[in-house]
Amino acid sequence: MEKKTNSKNTSVVGGILFFLAGFIGSLIVGWVIFPMVLYSKQPQPLNFSHAIHMDPERVDGIEGDTETEKCLFCHEFREDGTFAGIPRLSKCTECHDDPDSPLGETEEEKTFLKTYVASEKEIPWLSYYQQPDCVYFPHIAHVKMGELECKTCHGDHGHLAQLPPYESNRITGYSRNIWGKRISGYKKHTWDRMKMDDCAECHSKMGHEENNACFVCHK
Amino acid sequence: MEETHGKGPRYGMTIDLDKCTGCGTCMIACAAENNVTVLPDESDKQRNIAWMLLYKITNGKPFPHTEVSYFPRPCMHCEHHTPCVSVCPATATRMDPNTGIVSQIYTRCIGCRYCMAACPYHARNFNWYDAYFPKGKGLDKYLSPEVSPRMRGVVEKCTFCHHRLMRAKEKAYAEGRRELEEGEYITACAEACPAQAITFGDLNNPNHKVSKLAKSPRAFRLLERLGTEPKVYYLSSKEWVRKLADNYRPEELQPVIKTKTG
Repeated sequence: MEKKTNSKNTSVVGGILFFLAGFIGSLIVGWVIFPMVLYSKQPQPLNFSHAIHMDPERVDGIEGDTETEKCLFCHEFREDGTFAGIPRLSKCTECHDDPDSPLGETEEEKTFLKTYVASEKEIPWLSYYQQPDCVYFPHIAHVKMGELECKTCHGDHGHLAQLPPYESNRITGYSRNIWGKRISGYKKHTWDRMKMDDCAECHSKMGHEENNACFVCHK
Repeated sequence: MEETHGKGPRYGMTIDLDKCTGCGTCMIACAAENNVTVLPDESDKQRNIAWMLLYKITNGKPFPHTEVSYFPRPCMHCEHHTPCVSVCPATATRMDPNTGIVSQIYTRCIGCRYCMAACPYHARNFNWYDAYFPKGKGLDKYLSPEVSPRMRGVVEKCTFCHHRLMRAKEKAYAEGRRELEEGEYITACAEACPAQAITFGDLNNPNHKVSKLAKSPRAFRLLERLGTEPKVYYLSSKEWVRKLADNYRPEELQPVIKTKTG
């Protein structure tokens, strides 16, 4: 009799261990290995430092009273209200106009002047926040009329000294910032994810339920 | 889900059939504006796509009394019990209560074509093929980034050039306004019509030309008795045109609209 109970206990413990081993193993595969396989990592063509440009002691050309106004100095609105997004080279050369005389001391700037300014070549930036083709997003409605700060949705991107690598989904081709960094979909900050439900959630929270109609964000 | 209209604008259109010459510019302007695909064989009229379609109607009388009228037909953006919306199993189409525009979300459409069967105006088209713009013929030159592309297997229809509303709104916001002026947002067909037969605007705003025209005694709507409350009004002084616009039993010969010419 005793022998029998013992073997029953061992088999229960063994079963739990066996289950945990499989469970933890599949979690590692799903949350660590799968994202590594799913997303490709690409460095930006140039390591632009937002931190240097936003520091008034190092760069004084960027005007604006608030942080948002400073962002808008380069990431500007056109006259018709459309958003220019990532600035083109012509915006950079408003200050960095002479390829032979760098304004700072960094190596990055010398590379930038030599490769892009001297040959007047556009920098092939990779856009972290490129939404799918069916999505319409007016920055002006949110920044000017809604008085949202840039970092509410983009995080503290404006103070990064280094551009993070661009990660794109190998199957869909979309940036990882749209799905969110956490594969599990867990969301802590507003800028963690940029999917349809995140837009709708904020619209509802701010009392703009009417903006959850399909043809407000879809085109 | 029945939605009633809010206080906001209710965009609509009037098409003056007395002015329409049947030139087809509205069809071309619409197709160019909205990235509407062409078929390798455009003569296949069962499968080609036209958001704005021009019909030719005649009074059916022999020669000396023959009369012809042309009938441009966009989506009617039905206000009440929108037939396509009420049947869509995927909620891919909805009537936006803030603008009155019936939306179509291509990424949500499952291609069952129930809406096409439900639409009494044949305003919906099915993509039998992937979008095709033959190179070297200039068709790829006018493609617009403001209108999302459609893939094979989804339904598409006139959106009242919804992206133009968004464009107008962005401009208004840049100027610090929330309200749009009359004429800031008009559809491509209304802008292109050389006879200026198409008028577009806010039907809820009594100052807009379109809301005055919609109350004209010449005004009628297509299949009005279905009760779908279309937001596209036609204007015609011809009795037979008005009669053709709805289903009348042979004994119902009284005029559709009180015969006051306006």
